[in-house]
Amino acid sequence: MSANLSLTQLVAVPVAPLVGAIVAGLFGKQIGRANAHRITILGVGIAFVLSFMTLLSVVNDGAHFSGTVYEWMNAGGLKMEVGFLIDGLTAMMMCVVTFVSLMVHIYTIGYMEEDPGYQRFFSYISLFTFSMLMLVMSNNFLQLFFGWEAVGLVSYLLIGFYFKRESAIYANMKAFLVNRVGDFGFLLGIGLLLAYGGSLNYNDVFAKGHEIAALTFPGTSWNLLTVACICLFIGAMGKSAQFPLHVWLPDSMEGPTPISALIHAATMVTAGIFMVARMSPLFELSEAALSFIVVIGAITALFMGFLGVVQNDIKRVVAYSTLSQLGYMTVALGVSAYPVAIFHLMTHAFFKALLFLGAGSVIIGMHHDQDMRNMGGLRKYMPITWITSLVGSLALIGTPFFSGFYSKDSIIDAVKLSHLPGSGFAYFAVVASVFVTALYSFRMYFLVFHGEERFRGPKHPESPLGAEAASHAQGDHGHGHDDHHAHVPHESPWVIWVPLVLLAIPSVIAGAFAIEPLLYGGFFSHGVAFENVIFVGENHEALTEMGKEFQGWAAMGAHAFSGLPVWLALAGVVVAWFFYMKRPELPAVVSRTFSPVYKLLANAYYLDKINEIVFARGAVAIGRGLWKEGDVVVIDGVVNGSAKFIGWFASVIRFLQSGYIYHYAFAMIIGMLGLLTLFVTLSGK
Amino acid sequence: MNFTDISLPHYLTLGGILFALSVIGIFLNRRNLIVLLMAIELMLLAVNMNFIAFSHYLGDMGGQVFVFFILTVAAAESAIGLAILVVLFRNRATIAADELDALKG
Amino acid sequence: MTTISVLFYIFSAVLLASSFGVITARSTVHAALFLVLAFFNASCLWMMLKAEFLAITLVLVYVGAVMVLFLFVVMMLDINTEELRAGFWKAFPLAALVGVLIALEMALVLMGGFSRAAAPVADAVALKMGNTRLLGIEVYTNYLYPLQIAAVLLLVAIVSAIALTLRERKDTKAIDPALALRARKAERLRVVKMAPTIEVASVPVGAPAAEPGKEGGKA
Repeated sequence: MSANLSLTQLVAVPVAPLVGAIVAGLFGKQIGRANAHRITILGVGIAFVLSFMTLLSVVNDGAHFSGTVYEWMNAGGLKMEVGFLIDGLTAMMMCVVTFVSLMVHIYTIGYMEEDPGYQRFFSYISLFTFSMLMLVMSNNFLQLFFGWEAVGLVSYLLIGFYFKRESAIYANMKAFLVNRVGDFGFLLGIGLLLAYGGSLNYNDVFAKGHEIAALTFPGTSWNLLTVACICLFIGAMGKSAQFPLHVWLPDSMEGPTPISALIHAATMVTAGIFMVARMSPLFELSEAALSFIVVIGAITALFMGFLGVVQNDIKRVVAYSTLSQLGYMTVALGVSAYPVAIFHLMTHAFFKALLFLGAGSVIIGMHHDQDMRNMGGLRKYMPITWITSLVGSLALIGTPFFSGFYSKDSIIDAVKLSHLPGSGFAYFAVVASVFVTALYSFRMYFLVFHGEERFRGPKHPESPLGAEAASHAQGDHGHGHDDHHAHVPHESPWVIWVPLVLLAIPSVIAGAFAIEPLLYGGFFSHGVAFENVIFVGENHEALTEMGKEFQGWAAMGAHAFSGLPVWLALAGVVVAWFFYMKRPELPAVVSRTFSPVYKLLANAYYLDKINEIVFARGAVAIGRGLWKEGDVVVIDGVVNGSAKFIGWFASVIRFLQSGYIYHYAFAMIIGMLGLLTLFVTLSGK
Repeated sequence: MNFTDISLPHYLTLGGILFALSVIGIFLNRRNLIVLLMAIELMLLAVNMNFIAFSHYLGDMGGQVFVFFILTVAAAESAIGLAILVVLFRNRATIAADELDALKG
Repeated sequence: MTTISVLFYIFSAVLLASSFGVITARSTVHAALFLVLAFFNASCLWMMLKAEFLAITLVLVYVGAVMVLFLFVVMMLDINTEELRAGFWKAFPLAALVGVLIALEMALVLMGGFSRAAAPVADAVALKMGNTRLLGIEVYTNYLYPLQIAAVLLLVAIVSAIALTLRERKDTKAIDPALALRARKAERLRVVKMAPTIEVASVPVGAPAAEPGKEGGKA
């Protein structure tokens, strides 16, 4: 625990993209498109280089940093500050975020070339990078929440980037509102921790963890820390799209593909995973919360996979795949294998971003048609995209020696060894999901790159007009790439495929390299105030048990063939090949035979409908009720009613003024009599 | 109270009865404004009676001074009251109080 | 039963009876006359209480001026008293109740602590001076200021009574001096410039121009 990291270096990491975002955002018109992308790429580039240097310091020298950068308010003893907590976990997240962001920035130069909102887009993605960095580098709950909300905001802005499209606006509102539900829980959790922990700083709260675990939620018999942790996890459910708050992620595909890669695969959705890992000292003290996490994650992993099998839009397949993989990460968190979850987060970031960007490349080649039923046989025309997508898919399904294999299998092993309630179901779910993952991944692969070249014929009758196709459908034939009259796809320009290649490399090797130091080498032990950054409770030692059996990446790879998951994956590939290559007419038959199941899957378990009817219409009904009853009857009734009452009263009282003097005289006399009586009785004769 | 030896209570009772009579008179003569004014004079007489009685039995001249002033004020008030009555009669040709209800609420 | 007591009872009885008569008389004139009787009896009672000045004042001022004024007004106004008595006895129950209550309560208040029977000892000096002188001393020394205010009050009453009832006579030829003084030449006189009308002298036809001698001698 020796070297301290330089504060300037650390502050520069989030500030550089922020400066890029501000310049490109406010002065975009003045500086022009080329300068906009140059300055933002420069900003993110600086951030990446500095993040990488930080990671090296942390890994090699055991450097760390924990402290306040700027205290911006002190309200009655409650310190609100901008602070950094840099250790292995943070440094790794910083590198992942900045690297993927840099790749996406470069990719966007080609992808958004014709878009009028070019500078705005670059500003937004740089702003997102800043927000995500503030989130991961934070050392207190308030800054975490700031980053959390900021990434939500930028996600909203980006999903609705094509703001003239109605469906984009619906999608971005949906994302924001569903995230709000999660954020509500998150804020409740933070509030509870603040109330009982007395501080917003992580270290202070972690130190009080045992104290808080001994308390119960006032008025109930629930353990307080369990309640707080579940509330925090609800925030993670919103942000990382776990069931049932996952409904926004598929619709977020309305945004341009680069952001699907950046935000909805690699970074923002992993914020929830990161947060739970960061809060491991608290979560470890609550078994109930961990069980809850495991079950939710398992449900997400399995059932989202099913949905991926019936999608026709190429981006939606990848979106559901993301949801399923996030479920995997959540399950790993639940069984206290936090390093495994983070490891999978990292590998997933690479291959999922690769798959999304690959899909983007395909979409450009297909002139913004996203329906896979109109594709096929593209491997001849877009070779680089083809190879990199294949690499990504292989990594995703867990092919031995690819990065995804190491992380996924580690998760499966950890779940097997866990004794947590719910881990049995989780084990079944993650294993079954291996088959499903392979099925939908290779379904997509075969439909797009192999088989009959359906783009030569007419479009599929049910194809909707894709997001980017509609925004480009202004009759401009002067496409930047070149003029296509034959509409045969071709490979995308270098700004598009260079990031693909750069992402494919870690998709292959990152797993093998990183598994040992990350999981078993104490990478997460270079903590600051604690022995371990990741704190694991006594009977949650799944990872340690795995560590006993681990013999290196090569051995693990070779050993895989004696385990179930690899064969399930292979089975999935074979089934996909059979249904989509050998006998391509079969899927239609199957979907007709099992049409109730197909309808259920096609409608995403009717969750959207339920949300609309129960929550949306329910809220409208409550609002209407409050208006009709509360506002009109009660409030207006009281206010107008009191005025009417005064009027009525006055109309009654006015008869006292009869105009007859003798009535007034009588009144005086009777009043005098009254006073006299009062005088007689009270003066105690 | 001794009925043979006249003392303060006798006069006070007299004053009280006179006052009560005048109140009854107001209630009964509510329509005739002139008799109303006369009833008020009776009320003042009752009060004056009290004052003189107290002045005599307590040996304090202050009571009589007060009656002096009450007489003054009563005279002034009667004069103005009757002047108003006259002007009212000129305008309305009646002194019935229940026809004067223009200020009805 | 001393003389004083008997006199007291007689005067009180008449006083109360005449008061009753005031409030129940059919004719307003009768009511006024009953009131005069009441005042007389009150005056006698006050005399018995050795307040001679005020007793006389009551008769002189009250009966002599105020009641006469009442009678003037009653006689001057042509009032239909019959019509005014409509619904006379309707308010009697309420009136009786209120009246009795007031009397009782006043009795309670006034009688409770004032049951001393003793008449005060008359001061020899005071007796020599007489009530009037005593009253005068009191008014002009201790109550001088209220006296002046009472005087002003009376002045105000006079002025207001006149102001209320004064009517202008329509047929007098009296001149309002203020109006006369306000007359201005500019309002009364207007000088108009006119060209004079010139009349040409008509010469008689045929008259000799000169026969001065013939007509000279004769007139």
